[in-house]
Amino acid sequence: MAELIGKIIRVNGPVVQIRCQSNLKMLDMVEVGDEKLVGEIVRLKENIAYAQVYEDTTSLKAGDPVYSDRMPLSLELGPGLIGNIFDGIQRPLEIIRKQEGDFISRGLHVSTLEREKKWHFIPLKKQDEKVQPGDIIGEVEETSLIKHKIMIAPDAGEGILSYIADEGDYSVDETIAELDTGKGKYDVKMYHKWAVRKQRPYRNRIPPQQPLITGQRVIDALFPVAKGGCVAVPGGFGTGKTVVQHQLAKWSDADVVVFVGCGERGNEMTDVLTNFTKLVDPRTGKLLLERTVFIANTSNMPVAAREASIYTGITIAEYFRDMGYDVALMADSTSRWAEALRELSGRMEEIPLEEGFPAYLPARLAEFYERAGRVICLNGQTGSITVIASVSPPGGDFTEPVTSHTKRFIRCFWALDRDLAYSRHYPAISWIDSYSEYVDDIKNWWDTHTDGKWLGHRSMILDLLQKEQRLQQIVKLIGADVLPNTQKLILETCLLFKNAFLQQSAFDDTDTYCSARKQFLMFDAIIKFHNKSEELIKEGVEIPEIRESQVYQEIVRMKTKYTEKQLNELEKFVDSIEEQLEQLKK
Amino acid sequence: MNMHNLRQYTELEEIAGQLFVIKNIHNAGYNELVEITEENGTVRIGVTLEVGEGYAVVQVLGGTTGLSLKNCKIRFKGKPLEIGVSSDMLGRIFDGLGNPIDGMPKVVPEEIMNVNGTAMNPTARAYPENIIETGISTIDVMNTLVRGQKLPFFSGSGLPHDMIAAQIVRQARVKEEEFCIVFAGMGIKYDTARFFIKSFEETGVLDNVIMFLSLADSPSLTRLMTPRFALTAAEFLAFRKDMHVLVVLTDMSNYCEALRELSTMRGEIPARKGYPGYLYSDLASIYERAGRIKDKKGSITQIPILTMPNDDITHPVPDLTGYITEGQIVVDRELHARGIYPPISVLPSLSRLMKDNIGKGKTREDHPGLASQLFASYARTRDIKSIASIIGEEELSDLDHLYLKFGEEFETKFVNQGYNERRTLEESLELGWDIISILPEEELIRISQQQIKQRYRYKK
Ligand SMILES: Nc1ncnc2c1ncn2[C@@H]1O[C@H](COP(=O)(O)OP(=O)(O)OP(=O)(O)O)[C@@H](O)[C@H]1O
Ligand SMILES: [Mg+2]
Repeated sequence: MAELIGKIIRVNGPVVQIRCQSNLKMLDMVEVGDEKLVGEIVRLKENIAYAQVYEDTTSLKAGDPVYSDRMPLSLELGPGLIGNIFDGIQRPLEIIRKQEGDFISRGLHVSTLEREKKWHFIPLKKQDEKVQPGDIIGEVEETSLIKHKIMIAPDAGEGILSYIADEGDYSVDETIAELDTGKGKYDVKMYHKWAVRKQRPYRNRIPPQQPLITGQRVIDALFPVAKGGCVAVPGGFGTGKTVVQHQLAKWSDADVVVFVGCGERGNEMTDVLTNFTKLVDPRTGKLLLERTVFIANTSNMPVAAREASIYTGITIAEYFRDMGYDVALMADSTSRWAEALRELSGRMEEIPLEEGFPAYLPARLAEFYERAGRVICLNGQTGSITVIASVSPPGGDFTEPVTSHTKRFIRCFWALDRDLAYSRHYPAISWIDSYSEYVDDIKNWWDTHTDGKWLGHRSMILDLLQKEQRLQQIVKLIGADVLPNTQKLILETCLLFKNAFLQQSAFDDTDTYCSARKQFLMFDAIIKFHNKSEELIKEGVEIPEIRESQVYQEIVRMKTKYTEKQLNELEKFVDSIEEQLEQLKK
Repeated sequence: MNMHNLRQYTELEEIAGQLFVIKNIHNAGYNELVEITEENGTVRIGVTLEVGEGYAVVQVLGGTTGLSLKNCKIRFKGKPLEIGVSSDMLGRIFDGLGNPIDGMPKVVPEEIMNVNGTAMNPTARAYPENIIETGISTIDVMNTLVRGQKLPFFSGSGLPHDMIAAQIVRQARVKEEEFCIVFAGMGIKYDTARFFIKSFEETGVLDNVIMFLSLADSPSLTRLMTPRFALTAAEFLAFRKDMHVLVVLTDMSNYCEALRELSTMRGEIPARKGYPGYLYSDLASIYERAGRIKDKKGSITQIPILTMPNDDITHPVPDLTGYITEGQIVVDRELHARGIYPPISVLPSLSRLMKDNIGKGKTREDHPGLASQLFASYARTRDIKSIASIIGEEELSDLDHLYLKFGEEFETKFVNQGYNERRTLEESLELGWDIISILPEEELIRISQQQIKQRYRYKK
């Protein structure tokens, strides 16, 4: 149990200096002051320890006691995570509200996982079976979507199960198995503890193979991310980072979603929470809440817990990965995490580098992104973590430290463009500045789903968009009139592509989600339009005739006209495009 | 009473600007109230910024002018800065630290509250709904204000942001008695304060207004507390007294400057332009004190006003504000110079809460499509204008000319309206249709065909 280990000698915001009598370790959890506020040792200098405190430090004084049991700050990993919302150090916010009211007070000590609730446990191993760390010994249906695998903790030894409970209802505190390692016998419960900042081990990494289908056309068709990949979504305020994150949390085909609201708005958490209790996953027909875990440290919650929230999120993601799931982690926004790091570093009087950020910023970013990926787990299952991280550069300037360092560790970049956002072209993902290095990894998937045409379509359109960019420069100088018709057609096709395909409202009931099949049909429509029009132009058809044609108008509106249930009709329409254009020849 | 409440110290170690360090003390808590009594009996207050073994760093709120190192008594009160709040504060004017300055007696508090507030539990929040009809077309149609929202004005010096704010207060008045206004003035001139007082008076709402004024001539650090006093009063009225509170905070740039000053005094390492790295969190501790709570009737809507140095939207103050608030209304110098009032630049303006609160069953079915189309078409107009400025208007196509005409009418008829003109949402939407109909039907791709059929003005 926690014993007195020292006294406070200085309080500077969330950072507290402690003179300690005995040997503390880095990352040991401490409880400071009479209210026992939770903190963590982040720096040691002889007999002085620095703790960052996860709660408001108002009224702490020099001389106040500090306690510790010399264990690292840990998470509880077990049934009860899904559908729940936690603060940055995994305290359940719903329960806190029930106990403490609408405003968050401090010095709270509530357990993370519900103690009373009984879960229906089904054993998957037998007594006397040999088990290793990570092995699945049973499962619990946590929600109708998620079978929560009960695993031997990665840091437990190997041995035999000297006992395993029968199928039945148990609470997380009950012993459901006993592990005999030869050196001793250990109780196994449905949950285990794991240090917040410690990466969970796996057997080995394997390359990503499948795209994370997000239902967002500009992403899936042009700048796809693979399951197990890392994306950064940088953009100035109001350019649409959070909406992208919400859209992906809603519609992407991950098994489990961990959503970390890191230093952002309280109302945005309310927004997802209320939506997710209503919205249904298009693939499973189940509530989205049944696959999602929320972590919330809003911008007015303690800054030290903001720094921790990212680790809490990724550790929970790793835990579900270890069960063999494809997990998507949304972190909105990693800049707030980096800024929390900067503030804490400043309070510890460390020497800063660029813009006040500590020298270890790139190392911390690298460590974090390194935890994404597709792996063979200790138990032989394949699982993945895809990280989708928003970045909030000051002044929208992508050369600032957080954006530029982040770029080194990700392979997919969705650059949000202020001008697109101003004209309400959403998602405001720039087709010029964005990129994805996952195209090769996942092209087989698209090939098998689209008769091998996707890659060709994609490069053709990216090429047209590049050309358009250059043509626009000319238009600005001398006007569009002087361009030959073939070049005018490029402008026309690109305009159509942007309006009909790239622009996708998150708030339109039909268009908020677009299946891979629909995306491809729409893609095909535009390519057909372009190729056929090129032919028409050569035969003397004028561009305004094409633009004013019925078929053009129909292409512009196909995204909302055809719902997911009407894709056969859409296909028929796409098949008729060339023929309809042909009519213009007369 | 706690032991340390009785402890008094008489010696200041060092005064630097509005900070001082006191040594040989014990039991000073972090972020706590300090009372400084001079020989002649004047009392100032301060807050501890840092505490350590035998010392504390104190920020003096009333300024340090005339304060001497000797001869003053210092008491650590063992509690954070607090304010006594009451419904009787309505109709009253206070200084930046909550002392009455309207010649009337002190208010008898109903409750004592910590001015720093605490974070609302995200699960306790109720998502803002119910739009506030301001009577201004560019806001109601294109950047809808919602009850419980924090929607700042990004303006510049000499621009009519005060007028627009006053117009909103006047026109947005809902016929509900629980409606009230909390006004916090930080570092503003007396004239500005008077302008608002007069406008509240004319509107007949003065009895429903609480004002906290920390004017330009008062010590700068006082400004750091003023919005906190105001928001504490607002929280009391909203969540204890079920009122709908509109909080006007002006000018947040002055607030941020005071914070920068404090940070510099403390020798902290700055992030951008001398502002401290924690400016974001500090601003969030103010702006996030807006919203609604489940099962409570009241709400806090915030309209912070800030002036952008050099009209630069990427300056840390507007930038970090934009990252916290739920959108922004940008006031534009060029439109102002052309005599357009209110000179609201719609493209960089945004209301993030608009999406969930307009459309069928909320405002009007055609609202989302029309708004989106106005944005898209107006953005296109801007592009065409810049091309025209190089190649000349004669070179433009017929369609481009229609866009220019649309842009012109949009600015002079839709954006432009009188200071006393209150357009209903219905009127604004219809006006929007009149203007968008300048463009050919095929151009209106953000509007559904059904809506076009129903509302487009010129049939082919
Ligand atoms: N895909 C979309 N469809 C429709 N509207 C969108 C879309 N993306 C963004 N928007 C609009 O843009 C607004 C701002 O988006 P969002 O809140 O995601 O910005 P942000 O980049 O997260 O800003 P901040 O950094 O300040 O949090 C939204 O409230 C919404 O109105
Ligand atoms: Mg956001």
